[in-house]
Parts: sequence; C-alpha cells; structure tokens
Amino acid sequence: MLEIKNLHVKLEEEEKQILKGVNLSIGAGEVHAIMGPNGSGKSTLSYVLSGRDGYEVTEGSATLDGQELLEMEPEERAAAGLFLAFQYPVEIPGVGNMTFLRTAVNAQRKARGEEEMSAGEFLKVVRERAKTLKIDAEMLKRPVNVGFSGGEKKRNEILQMAMLEPRMCILDETDSGLDVDAMKLVSEGVNALRSEGRSFLVITHYQRLLDHIKPDVVHIMANGRIIKTGGPELALEVEHNGYADLLAEVN
Amino acid sequence: MALAVAKQDALAARIAGLSYAAEGWLGAARGAALERLSAMGLPGKRDEYWRYTDPASLTVTDAPKAALFAADDEPPVFDGIDRVKLVFVDGVFDAAQSDDPALAGVEIERLAEAGARDIHWAQGLYGVLEARGQVPVQRPLAALNSTFATDGLLIRVTGRASKPVSLIYVHNSETSDAILHHCVKLEEGAELTVLENGPAAARFNKVMEVDVAKGARFHHIRSQGRDHERRAVTHVFARLADEALFKSFTLTANGVLTRNEAVIELLGDDAVAHVAGAAVGDGNFHHDDTVFVTHAGLRCESRQVFKKVLKNGAVGVFQGKILVKQGAQKTDGYQISQSLLLDEDSQFLAKPELEIYADDVKCSHGSTSGAIDETALFYLRSRGVPERAAQGLLVLAFLAEAIAEIEDEAIAEDIRARLEGWLARHDH
Repeated sequence: MLEIKNLHVKLEEEEKQILKGVNLSIGAGEVHAIMGPNGSGKSTLSYVLSGRDGYEVTEGSATLDGQELLEMEPEERAAAGLFLAFQYPVEIPGVGNMTFLRTAVNAQRKARGEEEMSAGEFLKVVRERAKTLKIDAEMLKRPVNVGFSGGEKKRNEILQMAMLEPRMCILDETDSGLDVDAMKLVSEGVNALRSEGRSFLVITHYQRLLDHIKPDVVHIMANGRIIKTGGPELALEVEHNGYADLLAEVN
Repeated sequence: MALAVAKQDALAARIAGLSYAAEGWLGAARGAALERLSAMGLPGKRDEYWRYTDPASLTVTDAPKAALFAADDEPPVFDGIDRVKLVFVDGVFDAAQSDDPALAGVEIERLAEAGARDIHWAQGLYGVLEARGQVPVQRPLAALNSTFATDGLLIRVTGRASKPVSLIYVHNSETSDAILHHCVKLEEGAELTVLENGPAAARFNKVMEVDVAKGARFHHIRSQGRDHERRAVTHVFARLADEALFKSFTLTANGVLTRNEAVIELLGDDAVAHVAGAAVGDGNFHHDDTVFVTHAGLRCESRQVFKKVLKNGAVGVFQGKILVKQGAQKTDGYQISQSLLLDEDSQFLAKPELEIYADDVKCSHGSTSGAIDETALFYLRSRGVPERAAQGLLVLAFLAEAIAEIEDEAIAEDIRARLEGWLARHDH
C-alpha cells in the first residue's frame, strides 16, 4: 500500500539533511512501528508524507497504491486515503469541532466524486463513534482542540480518523502525554479501526504503546535511515537494552 | 491660528450651498448645532482624532462621484427577517417603497415632517447627545449633520416591538450627498431592534442618537453596502439609564472610506453596552472604527469587539477609548481590536486608550495584528479541506467573536452568509 523508496529530505531553509535514504514497504492491513531515538527523523518522515511545508525532497519517492504522494497537495493526499494523527494536535479557536469534522468528511467525499453526507446522517455516525472514544457532546461542540486536555486531543485525533476512514494511517507519537488509562482508550480506538484494507504506521519512542497496538513489523530508525527491521520482539529488545547496542551494531 | 483659519475656510466653503428651515423645534436645534459647528470648523488631517484617516473627501464641498452598485449575486441582507421596512433613496424617505410604519408600541415619524412643530418629544434628544459627545473630543461632522440633516426618523418606543424596524438605503445618483439624522427613544422597559443596510449615497453622513431608559433594550445590526466607491461617516450616540442595554454590530465589506464613530455614555447603574464590528476589505479600502465609552454609573459593563480582515493594501483603523469617571465603581470594561492581514501590503492602525478615575474597576484591552495561522491551515488541509476553504474557515473563525455579539441567531446567520459570500468573491 505505502511504498517509500530511497527518500532523502532536507530542511528547506538550511542545508540540513534529515532523511538519508529511507526505504519502507507497508502492505494492506499491516501495522508497522517505527522506533528510534530523538532526532532520528521519525516525525519528519510523517510530516513529509502528509505534505507539510518547510521540507525539500532531494531524492526518492513515496507512493500510496501507486500514486506519487510527494507531488500532491496535503488535501489531495488526505482524499487519497492518507491520515496523520498529530503529535501535537492544533487548536483552532472559533471553528467548532463538529463543523471541522463535517467539512473535512464532505471535502474528501467531494474530492473523490462521492455524495456528501447529510447533516442527519453525519450527526448519527459522529455520535456513535465519539461514544466509543468517550468523547461527549460538549467536546464536539467546542472549538477544535481548544481547552482540551492532552488525552482529549489524542482521542479527538482518533475520532477524526474514525470519521475520515483513511486507508493509510500514520500515528505520530500518539502515546506522548497520555496516562495509562488514556493510552488504553486511544489504543482501543485504533484497534477497532484495524482491518484488511487499512494499514498503520505507528511512530513511538516507547515499547509500551506496542503492547496495546500490536505491530506486525518493527523498524528502528536512526540518523535518517532505517537501520534494522524485525518482528515485535525488536521493540522489546529496545525496551530492555536501549538504542546504544543497535547503533553500535550498525556503526 | 493658521490651522483654525483653514478649518473655518473649509467650513464656509462646505456649507455655502446648504440651508435649513429655521422654524419649529427643529429649527432651534439646528441653530444651536450650527453654533457648535462654527466654533469648531471642519476637521483636517492634522487633527489628532483624524490622524489615521484623512477627512478631506468627507469635508470637501462637493461629494466625490461614486458609481452605483447593484448586488445581483445574492439576496439583500435581512431578506428573510420579518421586519418593518423603511426606505431612503439618496437620503430621502420613499414612502412608496416602504411598509406602513405601524408597529405596536412604536411611533415612527419623518424628521422632514415633524420638525416644524413647536414642541416634540425629540427636542430632548435631537442634537442633545451629539452636543454631549463633543466633549472631550470634537466631532464636527456630527454637528454638521445635526445642522443640515435633510431627513431621518424619529422613533419612540413605549413597549416591546414585535419585529425589527429596518432602514434600507438605496443609492440612485452618482453624486448624491445625503445627510440623515435618526433619533430613537426607548422608554422604560421598552425594546427595539433597528436594522440598517444598503448603499446610501455617493457620500453619506449619518447620525443616530439613542436614548435608552431604565431597563430598556436596544439592538442595532447594520450591514454597510457593497457599493465600493462610497464615502461614509456615521455616528451613533447613546445614553443609558439604570439597567439599560445597548448592543450595536456593524458589518462592513467594501467602501473606499468609512468612518464609524460610536459615543456611548453609561449614566445609570448596572447598564450594559456592547459595540462590535467586523470589517473585510480588499484593495482600495479604508475603514475606521472610532469608539468612546464613558462609564459614569455603578457596576456597568461595556465591550468593544472589532475585527478586521485586510488584503491587497486595505487599511483598517481602530481608535477606542474607555473612560471610567470618578465614582464609577465596579466597572467592567473590555476592549479588543484585532486584524488579520492576508498579505504584507495591508495595514492596521490601532490606538486603544483607557482613562480611569475609579479604584475598584476591571478594565482590559488588547490589540493584535497577525497573519493566517499556517499550522492551523496545514492541520485543516491534512484532513482534506482544500486550501481556500480552509483559509475561509479560519477567517470566519477570526471574526466569530464580533459576530457572537449579535443576539438574534437568524440575523447572525445572515451576517455569516454575507461574509462567506465576500470570501468567495475575493478568493485570490
């Protein structure tokens, strides 16, 4: 589903190479995890895939079902089925959460040539999906992420994911700032969305999230490259020994 | 002295061709206004109060020509609101196009017809609040209005009006120079909503004086026309008694030059005055909100909420003052003026002022100028919202605090629709 080949990325404003040849292949229905120390390029990878400004791709490609993502606008990538759950969800004062969700759902439907969702149908679906994430009516009415706690913001990301039904989901440090209960709730939300046609790329520092969202494949990223790939046991290895051994092995 | 002479010369030239009927109560009020005007002369760009807005085209003898404008791409604002419509064409009341001004609890008269009488309730209001508003800051264009207004409405409200009184302005001549003066007197416990919309004239000078008695409530929602070449100066003077409420909101989209002044006195205790504005300008657009709120009573609340969206060299001005007089304890004053600059050519000039002579008050003010939040824009786009739509959502979000000052949800929705229309038309 997602094919990343030899991806090289530098910062637009300065001569700093961040990704130095990333190769990654995620099949339909698979859950991959990327772990790695701070500054290894994990978040940059998620931003570049979703189309954030400030980065320049100097080499390589990233395709979703054969379509080149890197040439698309962010909204086109979203309509093509890509979703990024932000590490730091953005607060948007003045825009109601419900308005935001409905605008996004219908914009994507329109871009795909599908019929827009009626207000009534939308309301029914959003209430049902919000309930499983313990998001109450009040949170839906409030401006997007404004005054939300860390946990509420992350749950709101997962609600957006549930409403937009993307095929390729990237979770950027979704566990950061979450207590144990919130992590469980968010993970349940993610697991409920796992299906044959939907793939996940879970970016995290810690193994504990992977106890809840069980990956098929674990990659270790360091210094702008994927240095090791293995099964779930690789995450446990990192948890026990840290990254030092792995980095030494590569060097 | 040279400055004073220039002001007097400008005044002499401006009023040379103007005259008024000296008879009746109105003649006396006009005479008094002329004395005030003569003592002040006309404003010039070197006046402190006109530092950010050049008054030349408002004071010059002949109104600069302005092209007529007909909006055929959207229904007129307030179209779906049940209201009593009163139409002015180039500043003259048009009975044929207006509704029968019969509304329970509301008396409506034309200024041009009521002025010749010996006595009238409006004697206590016409030019009275304007005169009070000349201190500490001179407002000569308002005195000019009181002297030479050609028409207007005298509205006395004794009960709770069941629907809004809607003043609709029509611009029919490229050189029209209209001076309108309205008086609204709300008796104890009365309530009225006044709507205003439409392009009024090539040049428009309007004054509205509003007297809100104990426990009375006045709502004012105005949508200034989409006629781009107009020049307008408007003043609203309001005086509030105990527990009175005054709320005024203005939407301004387009206009070469618009100066909206609001002068509000909270005289009674526990009164509430809110004045708000949303202005959107593209290109040759200069919009000035000048507000002066005086707290004299106990436990009064005032809010000033002004938001401007500017692009392609548009200019926004805000001069807002809260004066808390000695003894006006427990005052709660709030003032915010913000602009969203959609490019680097546009400009926002703000002069927020607080002057406080009481020691137990809460007053806050803030003024900011900024660009679209790129992070929020990316967040919306990453969820599939196209760039222009995302920008539109953020602009409306920016204006939301001002629009929230409109209590009637149907009217607020109508105003929002105007803004969405404007954004769609100016989407580049």
